[in-house]
Amino acid sequence: MKVIVDLNKCNDHGQCVYSAPEVFSLNGRGELSFRDEAKDLYVSDELDESLRDALEEAADICPMQAIEIEG
Amino acid sequence: MSGVVVVGASLAGLRAADALARSGYSGGVTLIGDEPHQPYNRPPLSKEALLEEQEFDAIRLRSSAKPGAVSLLTGVGAVSADLGRGLLFLSDGRELAFEGLVAATGLRPRALGIPKPSGGVVVLRTYEDLLRLRAELAGVRDVAIIGAGFIGCELAASLTQLGYRVSVIAPEDVPMLRPLGEELGGALMRHHLQAGVGFGLSRLPVAVEGGERPERVVCNDGSSFDAQLVIEAVGSSANVEWLEGNGLDLSDGVLCDERLRFGGDGRFLAAGDVARFPNLAFDSIPRRVEHWEMAVDTGRYAGKALGRLLTSGEESPAFTPMPAFWSDQFELRIQSFGMPGLVTDPGQIRVLEGDLDGEVVVGYHREDTLVGVVLVGFPQNHMKYRTAVSESLAAGVAPA
Repeated sequence: MKVIVDLNKCNDHGQCVYSAPEVFSLNGRGELSFRDEAKDLYVSDELDESLRDALEEAADICPMQAIEIEG
Repeated sequence: MSGVVVVGASLAGLRAADALARSGYSGGVTLIGDEPHQPYNRPPLSKEALLEEQEFDAIRLRSSAKPGAVSLLTGVGAVSADLGRGLLFLSDGRELAFEGLVAATGLRPRALGIPKPSGGVVVLRTYEDLLRLRAELAGVRDVAIIGAGFIGCELAASLTQLGYRVSVIAPEDVPMLRPLGEELGGALMRHHLQAGVGFGLSRLPVAVEGGERPERVVCNDGSSFDAQLVIEAVGSSANVEWLEGNGLDLSDGVLCDERLRFGGDGRFLAAGDVARFPNLAFDSIPRRVEHWEMAVDTGRYAGKALGRLLTSGEESPAFTPMPAFWSDQFELRIQSFGMPGLVTDPGQIRVLEGDLDGEVVVGYHREDTLVGVVLVGFPQNHMKYRTAVSESLAAGVAPA
């Protein structure tokens, strides 16, 4: 399972951080920290299945619908 | 008796149906909605979708259920329900039998009962409303927005950015008074004024004058505002008529308990804007909460709880979410956590950080408890203040 974030859609609302803090975080400027390592699209490494519920919640609660779960 | 029906193909309805399908419930999930579309996201209608002329696909909501796990019926409304017999009666004459039901029928905008032309007066709730608004904007220079809540203010910002001359008309002294209070509402009003938005506050519109289309809005103090297009953003009413006849309290949405159940039966739950429920993290007073995040949270909870009940017979713990909402107006991001609207005493609303003319964090207190915060800017501090609210609620006292 991987998580994919469309960083052009993402508007740094940060709701994902409350749902899945193991995966999502904000940097010191209040932006999604994946922006520090990717430009248009962030694709995670393979993630543990135990995170699925939290990631699904994060995808559901994203106001910009920028998060997708693959696999 | 068979399956679960989720009434309302809204954000809350979709999340409920998805959660049910994912819960392991195998009895079948049907999601019905009276709009012709698949479920879509409403917040962009007053912002990105208007500013960037986005098409429907940009606002369509994705389902997280496996393909085929939820049957979607669009363009079909619920006319009535017989909860005792487990039957739902649809607008196309069909009947659906169910063993569980989620009510997620949302709100419809109110219209003012004042004289107005037949054309050029619109509301904004649905995608069709947005298409109408776009079409009606052709050839327009002045727009009057009646209502100074979040939707009115977001529309004022978007339309000003698009080059229209906008007047916001409302009875309150400052915009967003009820959710934010006098001081922060006033600060945001100064920002709107600087950006070119006009305000006609502390007055009521009494007529929209013109021929077939508006020419001006006339108010009870004799003032008038030029407008070739009028948008009514004056609140909404809950779509609950279809539940009448079941002995429910439908006086303001659907009265639920702390598990979102209504009619005293765990097989019937409400989600989204129609659910009036007590959030025991705050108090035991049932309220409707019209936030986007709450639509997601109530939908997910309702779907999960119903799936659990129907598969294992188990009840779920009480629903005690942390409410949150946001609003984008010009370059400002307004972010709230908790329930700032509970606090009306200005003495209990205090600046916690920053100042009202720039980035600011405002705290809303009830006795010694921090029950809500609103941040304008300070994106790096969202987590800190959200945590402060939840810790204060848990402790029942304000942090030192």
